[in-house]
Amino acid sequence: MDGKSGIGLASQSKGKPMSSPEIFSKDHSGRRAGWARKDLTGLQHLSREELVLLLDTAAAFKTVGTRHIKKVPALRGKTLVNFFVEPSTRTRVSFELAAERLSADVINMSASGSSLTKGETLKDTALNLQALHADVIVLRHSSAGAAQFLAERLDACVVNAGDGAHEHPTQALLDAFTIRERKGRLEGLHVAIVGDILFSRVARSDIFALTKLGAKVTLVGPSTLVPKDLERLGVQISHDLDSLLPDLDVINLLRIQHERQRKEYFPSLGEYTSFFGLTKARAARLKPDCLVMHPGPINRGVEIDSDVADSPRSVILEQVTNGLAVRMAVLYLCNAARSGESA
Amino acid sequence: MSHSILFRNGRVIDPASNRDAVGDVLVLEGRIAAVGAPVPGDVLTVDCSGKVVCPGLIDLHVHLREPGQSAKETIASGARAAAAGGFSTVVCMPNTSPSIDSASVVSWVQEKARAEACVRVLPTGALTKGIAGEEMAPIGALKKAGVVALTDDGRCIQNHELMRRALEYAGMFGLVVMDHCQDYSLVGKGVMHEGYWSAVLGLPGWPAAGEELIVQRNALLAELTGTPVHCQHLSAAGSVRVLREARRRGVPLSGEVCPHHIALTDASLQGYDTNFKMNPPLRSEEHIEALLEGIADGTITILASDHAPHCNFEKEVEFDQAPFGILGLETELGLFLDILVHKRKVISLPRLIEMYTVNPARLLGLDSGTLAPGALGDVTVLDPDLEWCVDKNASLSLSRNTPFHGWELKGRAVRTVVEGKTVWSL
Repeated sequence: MDGKSGIGLASQSKGKPMSSPEIFSKDHSGRRAGWARKDLTGLQHLSREELVLLLDTAAAFKTVGTRHIKKVPALRGKTLVNFFVEPSTRTRVSFELAAERLSADVINMSASGSSLTKGETLKDTALNLQALHADVIVLRHSSAGAAQFLAERLDACVVNAGDGAHEHPTQALLDAFTIRERKGRLEGLHVAIVGDILFSRVARSDIFALTKLGAKVTLVGPSTLVPKDLERLGVQISHDLDSLLPDLDVINLLRIQHERQRKEYFPSLGEYTSFFGLTKARAARLKPDCLVMHPGPINRGVEIDSDVADSPRSVILEQVTNGLAVRMAVLYLCNAARSGESA
Repeated sequence: MSHSILFRNGRVIDPASNRDAVGDVLVLEGRIAAVGAPVPGDVLTVDCSGKVVCPGLIDLHVHLREPGQSAKETIASGARAAAAGGFSTVVCMPNTSPSIDSASVVSWVQEKARAEACVRVLPTGALTKGIAGEEMAPIGALKKAGVVALTDDGRCIQNHELMRRALEYAGMFGLVVMDHCQDYSLVGKGVMHEGYWSAVLGLPGWPAAGEELIVQRNALLAELTGTPVHCQHLSAAGSVRVLREARRRGVPLSGEVCPHHIALTDASLQGYDTNFKMNPPLRSEEHIEALLEGIADGTITILASDHAPHCNFEKEVEFDQAPFGILGLETELGLFLDILVHKRKVISLPRLIEMYTVNPARLLGLDSGTLAPGALGDVTVLDPDLEWCVDKNASLSLSRNTPFHGWELKGRAVRTVVEGKTVWSL
């Protein structure tokens, strides 16, 4: 089955030019050519070629969503566990749908419904899931490094759906996918990531993906929320959003929070909005074709003006749609790599 | 003559008496004999040619985990690990369960050590009740029970007024206070050095200033009260600067360095391996350079391990949820010899021995740390050039949490003698 699971994808592509069909060919070991990872824990250590392969594969899968029958059998007979130790709706639903479109069986687990609340360790919970023959574990966890921790200990594929303030690789992939689809390229584009960089896993994954794919990245936000040290990753840091606006090709706004843990970092949401919010006035100074992005959930009137969020240049809902294709691609490639290895 | 032993033809290094020459050392009935004293015919003789004979090493910062956490370590197993590391004396920390904050727990530890430990185990007492940092512990009773110092190690008193009064009060009993220097508001939930790697790894940062601020506090309060304060496991450049300046002015402040803080940087945390998680955390190159400078110029006077055993299952969890600390007793001497004496040539071998013998002995007022006649017959024999490989599975500790497994090191102890009795030899 697996050998024919690429079936029909390339030939059925429509709309945008289909990326090379040879991405679905296998090397002699049975893995997808160019992809040998059973896990996706982050983007930091991926090569540019691996990123491009992921995006190209996602492009192929995107067409599945527009077909009459939205399912392919790539993961038929496989079991995927959505293990969300930290709450999330959007990412969990997206992974669930992606897995179902690949014909996998899906189980959803949250921390409150698991033995973690009884003091069982993450390792033991995961080993139990594996003992039930879970093939893929999608993990959302509040601790940085949690996905890598599991990946090193399990034979199952581990896909990081966000680990603390570390990485959220599928979010960054869907960001890159959306930009590439809209702009046709990433090379040379100027992307600003605005907001709480310090605590953002999306920001880190975006930095790794976008810089590897040739974009120029500027981190923007209050000095308390933008660690100076990140400059060493080849990005620029600015605390002056206004001066950047006319130069941007993409502006990616992160959700800003001002609950108890953040009180010491800036005075108020009002002051944040006045310096870093994408207000109507600021949006008017963007290039006409500048994309407005947000990983969601958005705070209307805080990091983004409500009308700007709904404006034609906003691709926020496209990001959500593309997330599905990107997650299908990730599940497909990781599972193929694992199957190839164990064959 | 079971407590007598003759060490022949070793390079005898006794910094306390400025001795560094090839010769013999005789221990008679558990005490160091005078040079040239007649040697009884039946005394055990050890040929030490090509080796170094020095006073038994002292580690004034170890966690032996008893009472209460004997799955991690026991007084007996910790003592065996100490002996294998070349240590004849260890000073154990009071953050046990219950904590060593009463005379009865001190007595329990002493009894247990007498019965089961192969090296000398000297307990410290808590500075505050339950190490909670809120009320002074019964310091006078602890002194009477025999603690060698006071410390809330693992925690740090945040209330400066309480710290000041505790110092004044401890001074009345002639007790040193050893402090784990950490400002809680600055450090927050920090689990690794705040810098480039914490930013990349998305782990909460523990800024160097969180230590430096408390070292500065301790300098001011040691000066104000006149009570000696010993700053434990220093990791930050600013701490060394503060300590240097205070000591220059004669403030009774001292500091120690642990091997991991000069052997490893925060870049080691890239794999989220919790065997690289300790408190204070591994820092960046510039901090290591400052620590080495402080060791070279005599600002740092004491070396120690902060031996902190934890069970595998406790360490094998999410990084931010794992306990802090690593094993130290069996690797510290090798690491310091390898790095300080051989590779970086920061200090000479006699200086290293000084930092492990006479310096901690003087700080704590111990009757050891020297080969002067009449002192306790504690002797360590070193082979400073012996090349060996760290094998965690061969450790005598009950735990395995070391980041140094597989490291090739040059120099180690080959025999440990406590009051004339060999407790370990290679």
